[in-house]
Amino acid sequence: LSFSILVKNEEEFVDVLEELMHSGDLGHALRTFSPSPYNGGPPCSAADLPKAVLESQYLRYVIATEKALSLEEVREEASVILEEMSQKLQMGFIRLMAYMLSKVLKRILTGIHVNTEGLNALKQAVQESPVILLPNHRSYLDFLVISYVMFTYDIPVPVIAAGMALSKMRVVGEIISRSGAFFIRRAIGSDKLYWAVLSEYVKTIVRKGFAPVEFYVEGLRSRTLKSLMPKLGMMHMVLEPFFKGEVYDVTLVPVSLSYDRVLEEFLLAQELLGIPKPKESTTGLLKARKVLQEDYGSMHVNFGRPMSVRHLCRGKINRGQYNLVPRDLPQKPSGEVQACVSWLAHLMVRMQEEGALISPWSLMASLLLQAPAAALTEHAHEHTMWTPFSPGKVPEQEVMSSAAALHHSLVRLQAGRVHLVQGEEDEREDPRRPEEDVTKAAVPMLMLACYRNQCLHVFVRPALLAVAIHVTKSVQRDELFAFFCFLRDLFANEFISIPGESSQDFEEACVLLRTCGAVHTSEQEVTVSDVGLEVLPFLQDLLQPFIDSYQVMFRYLCKDGVHVVSEKQFVPAVRNLATKLILSGELHTHEALSSDMQKNVFSALRRLETLTQLKLNEYRVNKAAVGQISDILCESDDLVEEHCYLVLTCELKMRFMPLFVFTAPTEEPHGFSFLFSAPHRW
Amino acid sequence: MASNSSGSGSQGRAPQRLRIIAGHLQRPVDVDATVSAAECKAQGGEADVASDGKSVPKRRQEIMKWNGWGYSDTKFLFNKKGQAEFTGKRYKLSGMIIPALKEWMEGTFGTNMQHKSLATPALTRTAVQPPTLNEAFVEELKSTGVPFSHDAEDRVFRAHGHCLHEIFALREGKVGRVPDLVVWPNCHNDVVKIVELACKHNVCLIPYGGGTSVSSALECPQEETRSIVSVDTSQMNRILWIDEKNLTAHMEAGIVGQDLERLLNESGYCTGHEPDSMEFSSLGGWVATRASGMKKNIYGNIEDLVIHVKMVTPQGVVEKSCQGPRMSTGPDIHHFIMGSEGTLGVVTEVTMKIRPMPEYQKYGSVVFPNFEQGVACLREVARQRCAPASIRLMDNEQFKFGHALKPQVSSMFTSFLEGLKKFYITKFKGFDPDCLCVATLLFEGNREKVLQHEKQVYDIAAKFGGLAAGEDNGQRGYMLTFVIAYLRDLGMDYYVIGESFETSVPWDSVYYIFRVLDICRNVKARIIRECKDKGVQFQPFSTCRVTQTYDAGACVYFYFAFNYRGLSDPVHMFEEVEHAAREEILANGGSLSHHHGVGKLRKAWMRETVSDVGMGMLKSVKDYVDPNNIFGNGNLL
Repeated sequence: LSFSILVKNEEEFVDVLEELMHSGDLGHALRTFSPSPYNGGPPCSAADLPKAVLESQYLRYVIATEKALSLEEVREEASVILEEMSQKLQMGFIRLMAYMLSKVLKRILTGIHVNTEGLNALKQAVQESPVILLPNHRSYLDFLVISYVMFTYDIPVPVIAAGMALSKMRVVGEIISRSGAFFIRRAIGSDKLYWAVLSEYVKTIVRKGFAPVEFYVEGLRSRTLKSLMPKLGMMHMVLEPFFKGEVYDVTLVPVSLSYDRVLEEFLLAQELLGIPKPKESTTGLLKARKVLQEDYGSMHVNFGRPMSVRHLCRGKINRGQYNLVPRDLPQKPSGEVQACVSWLAHLMVRMQEEGALISPWSLMASLLLQAPAAALTEHAHEHTMWTPFSPGKVPEQEVMSSAAALHHSLVRLQAGRVHLVQGEEDEREDPRRPEEDVTKAAVPMLMLACYRNQCLHVFVRPALLAVAIHVTKSVQRDELFAFFCFLRDLFANEFISIPGESSQDFEEACVLLRTCGAVHTSEQEVTVSDVGLEVLPFLQDLLQPFIDSYQVMFRYLCKDGVHVVSEKQFVPAVRNLATKLILSGELHTHEALSSDMQKNVFSALRRLETLTQLKLNEYRVNKAAVGQISDILCESDDLVEEHCYLVLTCELKMRFMPLFVFTAPTEEPHGFSFLFSAPHRW
Repeated sequence: MASNSSGSGSQGRAPQRLRIIAGHLQRPVDVDATVSAAECKAQGGEADVASDGKSVPKRRQEIMKWNGWGYSDTKFLFNKKGQAEFTGKRYKLSGMIIPALKEWMEGTFGTNMQHKSLATPALTRTAVQPPTLNEAFVEELKSTGVPFSHDAEDRVFRAHGHCLHEIFALREGKVGRVPDLVVWPNCHNDVVKIVELACKHNVCLIPYGGGTSVSSALECPQEETRSIVSVDTSQMNRILWIDEKNLTAHMEAGIVGQDLERLLNESGYCTGHEPDSMEFSSLGGWVATRASGMKKNIYGNIEDLVIHVKMVTPQGVVEKSCQGPRMSTGPDIHHFIMGSEGTLGVVTEVTMKIRPMPEYQKYGSVVFPNFEQGVACLREVARQRCAPASIRLMDNEQFKFGHALKPQVSSMFTSFLEGLKKFYITKFKGFDPDCLCVATLLFEGNREKVLQHEKQVYDIAAKFGGLAAGEDNGQRGYMLTFVIAYLRDLGMDYYVIGESFETSVPWDSVYYIFRVLDICRNVKARIIRECKDKGVQFQPFSTCRVTQTYDAGACVYFYFAFNYRGLSDPVHMFEEVEHAAREEILANGGSLSHHHGVGKLRKAWMRETVSDVGMGMLKSVKDYVDPNNIFGNGNLL
């Protein structure tokens, strides 16, 4: 019995794997597949696409302007790019893939829960207009699972934008491409021809409604299981046919994949610590078979409500701006279009977050991390957590034990208490350097942080407000709002929020805190209640690792002798500093070691123009500005640490209404309820 | 010389049609006591070619509907047997039974013969506000001898065009602000006097030609407090001279299309300008709205046809000093006049190009497997610059609509042939009856060239999968344009309201996808979506056709109609949908209007259409020419 059953709403979700039991793997792979396709135009075959792309006016135009080579050479090059890129969607391979996946998925997962309502809406949507599937990216399994589910439920299988690295895998690359993936080079940069071929290819698929298009709006697999800042290139490509009136509408479908346990969890932590990820290769994949012998619990695939771009963009875009240039010539998107695409992309990420399932384990991870790192390592046994669940549900003990069993590499359950497993000192002979110990200890902590991140988006807005209240010591709305915006902006790479909607975010934070009784709000003021005195520190603590880590990096930048930095050199230097501080006991979080956070700081400072570009990859540090930011944040460093033990109740419904109760551990749980209901904004 | 029907026997129908349209009309005798008449001697009258047999009396209501389209004796109705019938004798379809129409209406709109929404039979005079007369103006007007009237019917008739909301209100017996006085100038000098008096007494003038506006151009502005005088030009309807050496003719601007063509035909000439409204619309109206005619491919649009214009403005008369075929004398002042929509003055006389009547005419039609192929074919025809006098492409819905309007076939044999043709196209050639569409063609010229031309066009069509589908289909397509306006009145008897609107759009090809195509699909889809959102039960009839081709684009015409039974404020809803459709057109690269004009209906989009500076230019012209806003119909700006 997996605990996620507890969180799901039984009526809404079906377990694909359970269905499989009835048909059998082979029967499933050979099932009649007759999806209702897009009915907005004549059907077209995969083979028609490259032809349409090569003959397009746009490509002809770009080819003609490519001065360096002869016309024939450029045309040849374009064909080569296209050949390399093209998906070769074939039913036979989909079936082969389905068969193989059935075998693998059944072995590693106990269930794939899919929301039927979302499936039905998607089925309808693909017939009406071109559909863009926008899943979050947490695992290599993501796109395989989505195609698998769509195949199972008779929905046209999507074509997927995949990283070029996959195509280089022998056999596997071929299978993936024949199952509908098309490959994109990383770092396209200024390769105009490549850009032209790619965008025309994507746009052709959208225009013709050949198949649903799937891509990761985050661009990359999130190493932290936290949403990433969306990338806009592909988004522009899929939306342009609508902007230019070539299709009546485009439908966006955010898809949220949530894993009880991520296959790559260990690798993620290692990568974050700078241990390079193995290159994607078929032999590598075979070696990774060991991974397949573990239990990864179940996963949820939540297809979001299909959203009409036409509807979303109403009043945001004047499509008339495309009227004065022939539609098939490339046109630099206007500021208005860029802003709109960026808004949409951010919105999609937020929708993915809203659709994600929050597991009790993620909440457990949040609490475990709130215990001071030093204490955790030394007195692991004393740090304990109770998770009493509301009656009528699966008993909390069971939830805890199944979570602990699943994550046995991280925690252990003893006498009703969850303990962090501290890598038993394998008494090796060779004495290691203390720095290596730090790295080693950091691995489980970063894994834990990843799982905490799965639920962070629910808390982040109230948490930012909590920090603002704490630092400013103010009750004035304006003042709090200003500080809230500062934090929101500084952490924009960490916590995704929609550009230009800071006042809505602030409002949301106020409403949530008010609903749980933590604050009183009036026109001008936000004041902390008695309840708030207990709630707010918990929220502050959630953000503390981020604040502490950012401070470490600011400290590095303020050091004498650091004037000009590059990202390449910044990352290891900060890692060294953080390691030292951890060893000296000054820093309590291992997250400062995470390369993800280091890169985020770098881009945050670039965005805030505290780092100014000198030449490619070289930036001048504005020390005064960094110091200033650091000073502002400094106020929040002196956090009270008494609130690290919390008792927590959670009752999660699909569209999250996490309800949790926590009290200081020194007392008996006296249960004031803390109700968060994330608003349905859309 | 004209309409030589040798061979196939169906050539030369256009002039014949014109004769039918106009033939049964006589100038009725003036009976209204409030109308005082005085003859006006036409200046330069040595060649007053013809002035008898004109179609439009002063009291229009005697032959035309006061609350619907066209002639009072002509309308669609369901007879006692429940069959649709077209009454009267004026048209080819007149007196015929149209068996399929009922079923088509029921299937398309969900109408029910039991559920009727009939119009108020007659105008209630008390519903009309008493006229606000400017006594001093009226007194002086009397002394000029120009006939005028403040009879309620006369005034109401000139207070509207043919927008849906205008007709809908009239059918319900609702009358808003109407002109206070109607004057009928007989010649240019009468107009000069009227305008002088209006300026002197600060009276608002609204020129009125044929009354066929579909842009709210004739509506009296609600906020107008001055006395409003409608200047009905219908009595200024003479052809003053024909110059056979230069192939030009000089006319008074009130002459309506059918009279102009008929009279010129008598002398062996034509202008070739045939807008769909030509039975009723006037030369002055064409100039004031930048009209376009069906056969513009041969003869050109109004701006190509006009050689010289005389317009009376508050600042005096504006005209050019010569009739040179082209001038480089700064911006062409004709372009201030054309499209001014009655905001600057009254067009009184026009010199137009004329052509000898065509020796031979031939209709034709081509069936395409789908609309996409049809558009591609039209584009190719335009590219090769071999468009016939007219080429139009109807979409599938309109094709079916056309079929529903087929009159009862008289012989077994015809019906057998029809069936065979249908079988050939759908079964043998594999055309999907729910996708195929039809292009209608009209060729004109000398016989040999017409046949040659015809072959060229059919050869191109064949490349796009087009099959020649006979002359009858083509001709019926053109007939439809004249009767479709009558059909709206029938629809309105059964809870169906509808309207047509148009745009022009560049071809703009993407591989084989055209902007023309995209705009058709998007606008139709938008209409359907909007209606659904607003609670229309039955999916609306949303259809389009490409009616003109140009080197760089095409004119697209949309029809949109729906069943409003159960809706509380159908007209408002209708206007919202129409607004949304126009927004969609603009967003897809279409123009605000190809030939209907802006009026008050589309004013809101003028600024974005012509830019701020453009607006300023137009405004400054208005400010100079008419500083006191005498021509205060409020159109355009």
